[in-house]
Amino acid sequence: MSLTTFLQQCLTGISLGGAYALIAIGYTMVYGILRLINFAHGDIFMMAGYFMIFAMASMPWFIAVPFVLLVTTVLGVGIERVAYKPLRSAPRMSVMISAIGVSYLLQNLATYLFTALPMAYPEIPGLKKIFKIGGLSASFVTFFTPVLTIVLVYLLITLIHHTKMGMAMRAVSKDYETAALMGIDINRTISFTFAIGSLLAAIGSILYFTDRMTVFPFSGSLPGLKCFVAAVFGGIGSIPGAVVGGFVLGMGETALVAAGYSTFSDAFTFVVLIIILLVRPTGLFGEKTTNKV
Amino acid sequence: MKYDFSRKKKRDAVLDLLLIAVVLGICGFLEANKYNYSYAISIIERSMIYAVVAVSMNLVNGFTGLFSLGQAGFMALGAYVTAILTIPVSQRPSVYYISGINPLIANLSAPITLALILGGLVAAACAALIGIPVLRLKSDYLAIATLGFAEIIRALIAAPMMDTITNGSYGLKSIPGFSSIFQVLILTVVSIGLMVLLINSSYGRMFKAVREDEIAAEAMGINLFHTKELSFVISSFFAGISGGMLAMFMRSIDSKTFQVSLTYDILLIVVIGGIGSVTGSVLGAFVVTAGRELLRFFDEPLTVAGVSIPLFRPGFRMVIFSILLMVVVLFYSRGLMGTNEFSWDGIFGFFRRKRKAVKAEGR
Repeated sequence: MSLTTFLQQCLTGISLGGAYALIAIGYTMVYGILRLINFAHGDIFMMAGYFMIFAMASMPWFIAVPFVLLVTTVLGVGIERVAYKPLRSAPRMSVMISAIGVSYLLQNLATYLFTALPMAYPEIPGLKKIFKIGGLSASFVTFFTPVLTIVLVYLLITLIHHTKMGMAMRAVSKDYETAALMGIDINRTISFTFAIGSLLAAIGSILYFTDRMTVFPFSGSLPGLKCFVAAVFGGIGSIPGAVVGGFVLGMGETALVAAGYSTFSDAFTFVVLIIILLVRPTGLFGEKTTNKV
Repeated sequence: MKYDFSRKKKRDAVLDLLLIAVVLGICGFLEANKYNYSYAISIIERSMIYAVVAVSMNLVNGFTGLFSLGQAGFMALGAYVTAILTIPVSQRPSVYYISGINPLIANLSAPITLALILGGLVAAACAALIGIPVLRLKSDYLAIATLGFAEIIRALIAAPMMDTITNGSYGLKSIPGFSSIFQVLILTVVSIGLMVLLINSSYGRMFKAVREDEIAAEAMGINLFHTKELSFVISSFFAGISGGMLAMFMRSIDSKTFQVSLTYDILLIVVIGGIGSVTGSVLGAFVVTAGRELLRFFDEPLTVAGVSIPLFRPGFRMVIFSILLMVVVLFYSRGLMGTNEFSWDGIFGFFRRKRKAVKAEGR
């Protein structure tokens, strides 16, 4: 493989990894606070894709993008209110089943509303413009994704460490009941977490689908699972971990496709998951937890 | 008091026999009029197959408290083994017309029952291997790891390297079907019966102890890993058998049959039936499968008084279905049966309570 091809593949991998990282953050934040795998997160991502298609059909892109971000955020918070909030005190298995139920509902709803056929994803002017550097050629979105990811993660970490809301989020994720006793509005904090997670999923969806060009009702389920694995890889609850996990998975998958094993590119994710769970169950940056009797 | 007790027992025995007679009667009637009722027969057969896998999932999730989502993968293993062993040798060249058949399996064939058991054993062996690393994990990690394994199994089946064995993405066809509805009935009853015996044995009590409190169970001298592994392997064995039955029912399979959504369907059955209730799972399998067919009219355009209602078009049925699921999860988290089992006392008690309630209202 020549150096140019190698760099070209690296670029594709990093770009895919950036989109994965943005979605993985949503998983890691929700898990950190609620101890729940939000199975519906991948489907929120898919719905954001559809919202974009319809928004772009009727508005210019600079209005459509904020509109899509807003609607997706409302969807994410709404799901939390309807499907997870009533189950706060229920056993964990019920909440997880509820999450699977929401995912099932969103997929079926998308099939019903938009049919199961893939729909073409609209192009945001400028994002698909081809750039050439030396022998490398890639669209603007490929360069833009990793940069945007890093900027957003920086903003998010600042938010979590230097604002009152961020402090509340950290407190709730450490200890739910004590945080409530300290006067933190748990429900507001959780809603806020879902809002941020969904917002990032919407941004990830714009970047991801601009590269893929089509959306269909199940296009969220596999990326969703992969991003969860990315979150586990980095240590669930840790935002830098989710970013690293996203990039590792994106690069690994691209490498496998480049090497001609594209059938295994999906299975690769799960192999990574099992290895990391065996070697380091808390992930790269996860905290060690102990069981108290 | 004693007299009353034995009378109740007698009554239950009579009712049990009556129920068996009714079931056999219905099956016999359907079998005799096979051609008029093929639709009903296919619904009942599918329900029975789903009942087996739902009970097997309940064994792990409901009775042992391990949230495993690997059912579809084990079903795929069972289905493929059964299919490979039962496709008539003369038909094989036409099935594997693209990449040819591996000489190892070209002339390998087995009678149906043996093939199903072998399918179950392969699934169980695979589960035993998977269980060693995975069962050390806690709830959500276990769920996602088993889900991952199911996906890996599916990817392996569809891989180009396996073309001469699994026929890759083209799938297998000309799998011999069931000879009659009784064959399905017998297989289902035997499989579920064996699982019920297991649940009621001392092993079953060990499973429940682990479900209630792992640490307490360990302190009582239960080997956590062995217990979990046993439950996981046995559950996978029956998932494999039901996968084989599904292959025989559908006559043709490919790796897309066994996607994650199949596991979700089974989970739905278990939840609606009640997590931790065998009869609930069986009931759930029938309710969900039949319900899905009965709701089919939602998919057809509906015209009321000359105005066609735009809501009714393909896909609406599944939306209604998923909303129903959410309602069950959010408001009736116990499902149909909760953790109770079916009993005649329960049935009579239910009606007596209802009558009392009606009376109380009348006053």
